[in-house]
Amino acid sequence: MKKFGIKEVVATGIGTALFIVLTEVQIPLVIVPNTSLQVRAALLAFLAAVFGPVVGGITGLLGHALGDALFYGSVWWSWVFPEAVIGIAIGAFANKLKIKEGGFGGKQIALFNIVQVITNAVAWIVVAPVLDILIYAEPADKVFAQGAIACLANVIIIAILGTLLCAAYAKIGAKSSSLTKED
Amino acid sequence: MAHRLLTYEKKDTWIDELCGVTKLVFFLCWSITSMMTYDTRVLAVMLVLSLCIYKISKIEWKQVGTVFKFVLVFMIINVLAIYLFSPNQGTQIYGTRTVLLAMTERYSITAEQLFYELNIVLKYFTIVPSVFIFVVTTNPSEFAASLNRIGISYNVGYAISIALRYIPDVQDDFHKIKNAQEARGIELSGKGKLMDRIKNTSAIIFPLVFSSMGRIDTISNAMELRGFGKHKKRSWYMERPLKRNDYLVLVFSILFMIVSLVITYADGSRFFNPFV
Repeated sequence: MKKFGIKEVVATGIGTALFIVLTEVQIPLVIVPNTSLQVRAALLAFLAAVFGPVVGGITGLLGHALGDALFYGSVWWSWVFPEAVIGIAIGAFANKLKIKEGGFGGKQIALFNIVQVITNAVAWIVVAPVLDILIYAEPADKVFAQGAIACLANVIIIAILGTLLCAAYAKIGAKSSSLTKED
Repeated sequence: MAHRLLTYEKKDTWIDELCGVTKLVFFLCWSITSMMTYDTRVLAVMLVLSLCIYKISKIEWKQVGTVFKFVLVFMIINVLAIYLFSPNQGTQIYGTRTVLLAMTERYSITAEQLFYELNIVLKYFTIVPSVFIFVVTTNPSEFAASLNRIGISYNVGYAISIALRYIPDVQDDFHKIKNAQEARGIELSGKGKLMDRIKNTSAIIFPLVFSSMGRIDTISNAMELRGFGKHKKRSWYMERPLKRNDYLVLVFSILFMIVSLVITYADGSRFFNPFV
């Protein structure tokens, strides 16, 4: 497999555009005020799982930085890098998840969700707050609380929407194993 | 629905004519400085400078107004959240405690806390104009072309170019699908229950993502046919040579960053402390 061929270039480009557009789509969590399920997180997990770590990482980084700049007029760097971490980490398992080959079954769904829970925890409960404290000198209590909520929200949306996207795409994609060689 | 997004608009100013890469370097130096420093003097100078540049760039309020209001709301929430979570952060940083308005032991308003939060507000106001200027005055195609010049692989440059090029298209798709689904009676406003809303949102996401996956195939086939990626280098239609103004801005950006950081860290701390 080529590292960053034409398909990956285009997937990164369109993926980033999608990620940015989906910044608009947020499902507010009723329980905790001022937090919302970010649909774009599920998209990133899906893209990373299909196209691998390079596409996932760059899409996360660019999408978050550009999306924040275009929609919110400011770039919160300490939350941009964790997004890239998620893209890279989930992407690292792309070959095992076999979405393109149509083999996204029970075992892969379990793997996908285990990976996403771990990487979300690392990204939002460790990386983001630590960067917040280092870069912006924000109070520790606040950033860890924010991180924990963001982690929870992302885990939920990826578990539901991310898994469904992967499963649906695996179904419509051609199964490489559906052809058997005739004797 | 109006597109609530910052977009490029051509203006006849020298800022508009700068290379994308010059503006990127300026933007990065500026963000790094603003992130690192908590020195109120440096932040104040940056604030004045960014307002001047904003004026020169002839950006109109209607281009950035909606986004700016959004940033304000976001900022207020953040400032309040900091106060709620740690009302004594200021005291911790500056080492003194001057109570201005006595309330409970924990939530008394101190001068230090107000000063610390003032710095955060200043940071917002130094960053936001620079983002506006960067986004609103930089031609996306020219920007992708100029990324290649600073040694970023043209594959990545091209990915960015595609992203910027297709944002309006994807946004159109998104609104079309959304309208179609709403016409079918799918509730997308904030009324439904959480699970219902996730389900209804997926009624937009699925068509959008899968049509985009189709788009990826189409575009990459077209690019493959044109032999994209065959050579180590490629040329760019929108590429501009660096001119005198570019060099001046580049030198200024880097010098400004170095001087500000030297001033900030001169006393060994990134905070400027008026309380001692």
